[in-house]
Amino acid sequence: MDALIAPLLNGSAAGALLLLAALGLTLTFGQMGVINMAHGDFIMAGAFIAYLTQLVITSSNISIPVALPLAFLGAGLLGLLLEVGIIQWMYKRPLDTLLVTVGVSLILQQIALQIFPAQGVPVEKPSWLDGQLDVLGYEWPLRQVFTIVLAILCVTALAAWLRYTSFGRRIRATVQNRDLAETSGVNTRTVDRITFFVGSGLAGVAGVAASLIGGTNSQMGTRYIIPAFLVVVAGGIGQIKGTVIAAWGVGVSLAFFADWTTGSMAQVLTFVLVVVFLQFRPQGLFTVRTRGLT
Amino acid sequence: MRITSRRRGTTVVAATGALAAITALALSGCGDRADSTAEPGATATSTSCIDTSGDTIKLGFLNSLTGGMAISEKTVSNVLHMAADEINADGGILGKKIEYVQEDGATDWPTFAEKTDKLLTQDCVGAIFGGWTSSSRKAVKPVVEENNGLFFYPVQYEGLESSPNIYYTGATTNQQILPAMDFLASQGVKTLFLAGSDYVFPRTANAIIKLYAAELGIKIVGEEYVPLDKDDWTTQVAKIAEAKPDFIFNTINGSSNVGFIKAYYDAGLTPATTPIISVSIAEEEAPSMGHEVTGNYASWNYFQSIESPANAKFIEDWKAYPGSSGVTSDPMEAAYISLYLYKALVEKADSFEVDDINAAAAAGGITIDAPEGPVALDGENHHISKVGHIGKINADNQFDIVWSSDAPIEPDPYLKKSDWFPADVRDALVAAAG
Amino acid sequence: MTKVRPWLPLIGIGVFAVLLLLVVPATLSMHWINNLGKYCCLAMAAVGIGLAWGRGGMLVLGQGVFFGLGAYCMAMHLTLETAGPGRLPTFMILYDPLGDLPAFWEPFRSELFTLLAIAFLPAIVASVLGYALFKRRVKGAYFAILSQALAVALAVLISSTIRETGGDTGLSDFKYFFGFTLSDDTNKLMVYAIAASLLIVCLLVAWQLRRSRLGELLVATRDAEERVRFLGYDPADVKLVAYVVAAVMAGVGGAMFVPIVGIITPAELGASASILMIAGVALGGRASLFGPALGAIAVGWGQSSLGSTWPGGWVYVLGLLFILVTLFIPGGLASVFSRVWSVRRRPRPAPVAVPEVVLR
Repeated sequence: MDALIAPLLNGSAAGALLLLAALGLTLTFGQMGVINMAHGDFIMAGAFIAYLTQLVITSSNISIPVALPLAFLGAGLLGLLLEVGIIQWMYKRPLDTLLVTVGVSLILQQIALQIFPAQGVPVEKPSWLDGQLDVLGYEWPLRQVFTIVLAILCVTALAAWLRYTSFGRRIRATVQNRDLAETSGVNTRTVDRITFFVGSGLAGVAGVAASLIGGTNSQMGTRYIIPAFLVVVAGGIGQIKGTVIAAWGVGVSLAFFADWTTGSMAQVLTFVLVVVFLQFRPQGLFTVRTRGLT
Repeated sequence: MRITSRRRGTTVVAATGALAAITALALSGCGDRADSTAEPGATATSTSCIDTSGDTIKLGFLNSLTGGMAISEKTVSNVLHMAADEINADGGILGKKIEYVQEDGATDWPTFAEKTDKLLTQDCVGAIFGGWTSSSRKAVKPVVEENNGLFFYPVQYEGLESSPNIYYTGATTNQQILPAMDFLASQGVKTLFLAGSDYVFPRTANAIIKLYAAELGIKIVGEEYVPLDKDDWTTQVAKIAEAKPDFIFNTINGSSNVGFIKAYYDAGLTPATTPIISVSIAEEEAPSMGHEVTGNYASWNYFQSIESPANAKFIEDWKAYPGSSGVTSDPMEAAYISLYLYKALVEKADSFEVDDINAAAAAGGITIDAPEGPVALDGENHHISKVGHIGKINADNQFDIVWSSDAPIEPDPYLKKSDWFPADVRDALVAAAG
Repeated sequence: MTKVRPWLPLIGIGVFAVLLLLVVPATLSMHWINNLGKYCCLAMAAVGIGLAWGRGGMLVLGQGVFFGLGAYCMAMHLTLETAGPGRLPTFMILYDPLGDLPAFWEPFRSELFTLLAIAFLPAIVASVLGYALFKRRVKGAYFAILSQALAVALAVLISSTIRETGGDTGLSDFKYFFGFTLSDDTNKLMVYAIAASLLIVCLLVAWQLRRSRLGELLVATRDAEERVRFLGYDPADVKLVAYVVAAVMAGVGGAMFVPIVGIITPAELGASASILMIAGVALGGRASLFGPALGAIAVGWGQSSLGSTWPGGWVYVLGLLFILVTLFIPGGLASVFSRVWSVRRRPRPAPVAVPEVVLR
């Protein structure tokens, strides 16, 4: 039992970070069909915003909570810029959005490299995250608990926003039937923009969480982008609950495989596992019936 | 289902394919066969095209200025520029000013091979300086050997290699790994945990560490590897916390170190109970880990805190140099002296020709007053002697030197002086290297 | 539409062959011949991508897998040839000097086996993979993401099996190529000529496939998969053939890449390498015959020359290339060319969407 606790908890935290990275994709990819390869670089932007915030507010106890909304805003604005500048012309060619955003991703990484030329920048963890939580004998780092709490908050907020607000209703209407939504008076252009803004903003929040766990540098986004897409696909496109379960599953399987084999083999086995899983359920864990997506 | 061809295209394809094959074979008729010559190196027909007629000498700098390794290699490129400027201000090499050609390796190993070929055959440079990863060095090695060029490599590495065309100004294993082990033994360490990135340097270093640890009576209680581009060390650190080793030997490279240190700190591990000794965390890297790395150790041959007139000048010059990062580190210093080593070699040989330079090296007696202290070139294996230092990271992300080897350590890439190293492995490796 | 000059592309391939095999060796320096050889290898993969993606609509983001399989087959043979009969490759001595050669290396001592493996291993893997995915009707973005995940998985797998594959540093330092000394300039020319010839063969195969009924079915599947199914064909079979052909082309390209470049590492088959293979195809024109090959050569050349003069700039150029080409000329430069061509011959409105039909 003891041997299972550590990988289970650590895997859950890894899954939570993956979920934060993938959550925005359930909107931009799942709801809108845009394959945004620059999503990982929005995560990077969020992490750098956390660093910049610390330059202004030196106490990390305050700066991290302040950085969260700022990163959401910053990454969201980047996403909005991408939507208005490029993506809006491409909704009829969803596969091509992948190519366009690969280009955006290359450029964003090079810009980051030129602005922050050092060996990555430090983002300080708040001191209230020092210490561990004793769970059945395992000293669980509080930083990991924080990632999970943050993920739960984001998921709840997003789900509530989609479910209970009028914006949420409009988004769902647009996804389910764009033409009908338009005839019913929904401004689908505005809906697209807000969806993309929120989806990208969530990447910024993920970036703050990521900056607390690993290095903050121009390449950090590439680490998350493919696993994040895989999670969204495995969860079932456009399904938040599917994404949550898939992210958790991938995180935990990574941790257990890493415990039993090596960190590298864990990655290989998990990826293969997801691909095999999709072989049996190509539509993912859950499916949504829409006319908009095929 | 029926898929048939309606035209006779297949025959055309077959005919043209055969034609192409014949062309290729006809062309191949006049090349060298493996069995016609004994030594592949000897068949290299290229003669040096180094141009020494003008009042400049061209040198090539090959560093990744884009891609993942740019964060490390850009600084090396900058410090090379500084060294070139200094040498030029001082009158150049044999009266010729250095004219450098900067190439971008782009963190792409085939590009390193391509650019090496370009620098040697198109730009006709006298020597190439740069590289960082072992992959980049392995990509460059066959090309410099084939064209009989020179390559100066500035980063500590896994050893067990030597080449007549490469000069290594970073440490080999007996100058960094073994001193670190000696230090641990002197501290009475009994149990050791090995944590590394999953690539050639940590794997080889740990293989050597395990052999030497057995000799020193240190027990290895665990060994973990994580891919280079991965940050999440929590699962592995949980294992370390459980194993409770006296020390952690860290051969992690790059930004993965940040994730490792953060996971280490989070798990409540501290330098007081479970200190880390690293071989890839220097003054450049330490700030990105902040206070969480403070109090741990690193093994290098150069620290910014070394007190010597040469080092004081080096630090002052670097701080004033445009694009400077403000701190100096071991790989930077090794890159800086690589250019001075080249200068010393050329002046001793009184020639820019590779064979003359190698002859001058073999004749021995090349020393330079480096920021790390005086270093001497081993003309046989093309490495330099170095003092091993252990530094403890302080709150300013600088290193307080807590231990040093008694004297400069002679480079020994094949560990010939270490009798615990299996002779058959060494012989096989030396034989394979030719 | 009427068949206008069906042999025109063949003349084009002929001109291309003369350029590559006669003009280039006579005019360029060895350095640039070698570079061009490298571009030719990437161009082979690009021709395959053109078939699978441009004609078949499958966005293959994981061609690095097949490129890598071909490359590693070749590299294993060359490594063993360099080590000499009965001896271990250097890197294996490093990790386990007394161990045996891994069983899967042993057959690669044989030249014939290596050549067969280069062609058949990618084909077999692509068949299994393609069969599984296409039969389950995995397509579009799903297919792209899955194929990329597999490329990542393979790259990590190779990185982590150092004793078996050389790991992250890959395989390098090859001295011989099927008995020929690689450092010899004449032999380098030969290796280039083989690569260039194989590229021509790939173009011929692509040309032939496009003219065949399969080629028409492929385009039909791309444009309306359901209709093809209603007509009694199985789109999965059609896609599978194109996918396997593309895989073999990538494998052969990867195999020739090894003696020309002299090193192969997992980075050459990972996610970003696989995506970069797409760049040239998009630029040249995904659906055209010559576009992918010429685009790949152009991107390779750009990287070599612009990357030298303006390192950071090349990344921006590449990024902008992805953006601008996809936004404004999704048919690539080939579509611009054919539009100009058709307007000049008989004025009529330019075709809409991806106007690859004109090139037929």
